[in-house]
Amino acid sequence: MKKKITLQSVLLTIAVLIAALLALFPVYFLIVASLQPTQYMFSRGLSLVLGDNATLANFRILAEYRDGLYFSWYKNSIMITVLQTVLALFFSSMTGYALGVYRFRGRGLIFTLMLVVMMIPLEIIMLPLYKLCIGMKIINTTAGVILPFILSPICIFFFQQYVSGLGDSFMEAARIDGCTEFGIYFRIMVPLMKPAFGAMTILMAMNSWNGFLWPLIVLRTNEKLTLPVGLASLVSANAQKMEVLLPGAVLSIVPIVILFLFNQKKFINGLTSGGVKA
Amino acid sequence: MQAKQVRTSWNPKRILYSRKMAPYLFVAPFVASFLIFFLYPSIETIRMSFMSMEGFGKERFVGFYHYERLFNYHFGHAILTNTVYTACVLVIMMTVPIVLAVVVNSRLLKLRNMFRSAFFIPSLVSALIAGIAFRLMFSDMDSGLFNQILHLFGRESIAWNMGYSTGILMMVTLDAWKSIGINMVYCLSALQSIPEDIYESAEIDGASALRKFWFITVPMLKPTLIYIFTLTVIAGYRMFTESYVYWVDSTPGDIGLTIVRYLYQMSFQRNDMGFGSAIGIVLLGIIMMINLVQLRGFGMFGKEKD
Repeated sequence: MKKKITLQSVLLTIAVLIAALLALFPVYFLIVASLQPTQYMFSRGLSLVLGDNATLANFRILAEYRDGLYFSWYKNSIMITVLQTVLALFFSSMTGYALGVYRFRGRGLIFTLMLVVMMIPLEIIMLPLYKLCIGMKIINTTAGVILPFILSPICIFFFQQYVSGLGDSFMEAARIDGCTEFGIYFRIMVPLMKPAFGAMTILMAMNSWNGFLWPLIVLRTNEKLTLPVGLASLVSANAQKMEVLLPGAVLSIVPIVILFLFNQKKFINGLTSGGVKA
Repeated sequence: MQAKQVRTSWNPKRILYSRKMAPYLFVAPFVASFLIFFLYPSIETIRMSFMSMEGFGKERFVGFYHYERLFNYHFGHAILTNTVYTACVLVIMMTVPIVLAVVVNSRLLKLRNMFRSAFFIPSLVSALIAGIAFRLMFSDMDSGLFNQILHLFGRESIAWNMGYSTGILMMVTLDAWKSIGINMVYCLSALQSIPEDIYESAEIDGASALRKFWFITVPMLKPTLIYIFTLTVIAGYRMFTESYVYWVDSTPGDIGLTIVRYLYQMSFQRNDMGFGSAIGIVLLGIIMMINLVQLRGFGMFGKEKD
């Protein structure tokens, strides 16, 4: 089919463009707000177009705020996101893989347990989990934020679906060549599952980067906080901290958006091939 | 001699090659994590809900006392708020993402990939961060964005966060903005697995775009829509951040008080963990009921598990 520009197509594109601008407006709003002086924000209102009033002053204030406290939050968030994503992908892909390719006793049970974990929200078991973290002495640590969630049921489910669709001819060939079961997984199946890893990296990193309630409970001291929890502590004092809050919010969006933009195609295609459509 | 034989049967190499053992080693971390971080806390929640706990350590059995305390105005209000909120979000999530997915999948659209990203970007932003922007937009000052829009229509300013229905509107707006994108991607990935020739044969039969959408796209996307439905309802009843970001310190007049918010306030601000656990158990009951209805009505995500 030849590509041609029709009136229909132009009108549709314009309509979608307007919708997209509307969808991105709050992000634009946040950026514009962070680039203007905050003292007149409430009396005169924000201007939606930056003119002479544009200034980086807020970002300077943010950098100096309590000896760079914001950078500690940033560092914590990055560390937690990277660790949690890597561990969750590693363990969840292994479980999903086993459920997908092996027929073993107890498989049905494990599959059911996974669905149960998927359906029961964290909030219900949060209090004993909190007690458990105190008992394990991992409260107010990175480990406390990560450890309870290194197995993600959605991730397991996704890998299980993905692997089921691959077929086992590769595995048979590898076994004949004398590969161990773990060798098959690491050398043959992991490369085959690359699109699944691509999609799940984004999903896991997104959840971890944006996690709020659990870090809010586990993390206690100011310098240990993650970005969302740290910024939330500035919201409660409202107007006085706007000059820290706004640039802080803007910068916190940057890494996850960059990660997504670099993997955009992989993300959508990966989801398709794995059939989260299930 | 004997010992040697035992050693050979436990040769690590044989375990590595064993097809019988391998799956158990692969799922072992899941089982360990399930027992420690899921099963144990689940049982513990039930036990704690029958205990009076002043901080940790000092526990006293109080029977159903906490459950009786749940029959109060605040908790009833919280359940109502979650229900209204969930219903509103559901209406949006059952319609907008699928339409958006069809549009950004259309061959008529230019720059399709760019638009897909644009619509997904809001889903990457945490509810808390987005909430900072929405707080400003919903400011009760005359200078607030939404109040400015009201002024355009000749209306008076509203103190958005001080009214019940405007409070719900604030939370629904924030969540809708955040969740449409990811649900659009779920629909999009399902759309791309619909064979093209179904549409082509429908075109030959002279089906209009609207009929194709209603009689091909919607039925083919039924499993995805059920998946979105279930996730949306569960997320609706466990909502916390959307309320927290607007009413950080307290929830005056129970505006913005949700079930999990109530659980959080009772457990961590009033230090009443026994009562908090009872709230958790009621939330569990609600979620189980929803799951049951969902399973009865549609089967597991609309298809048999394996």
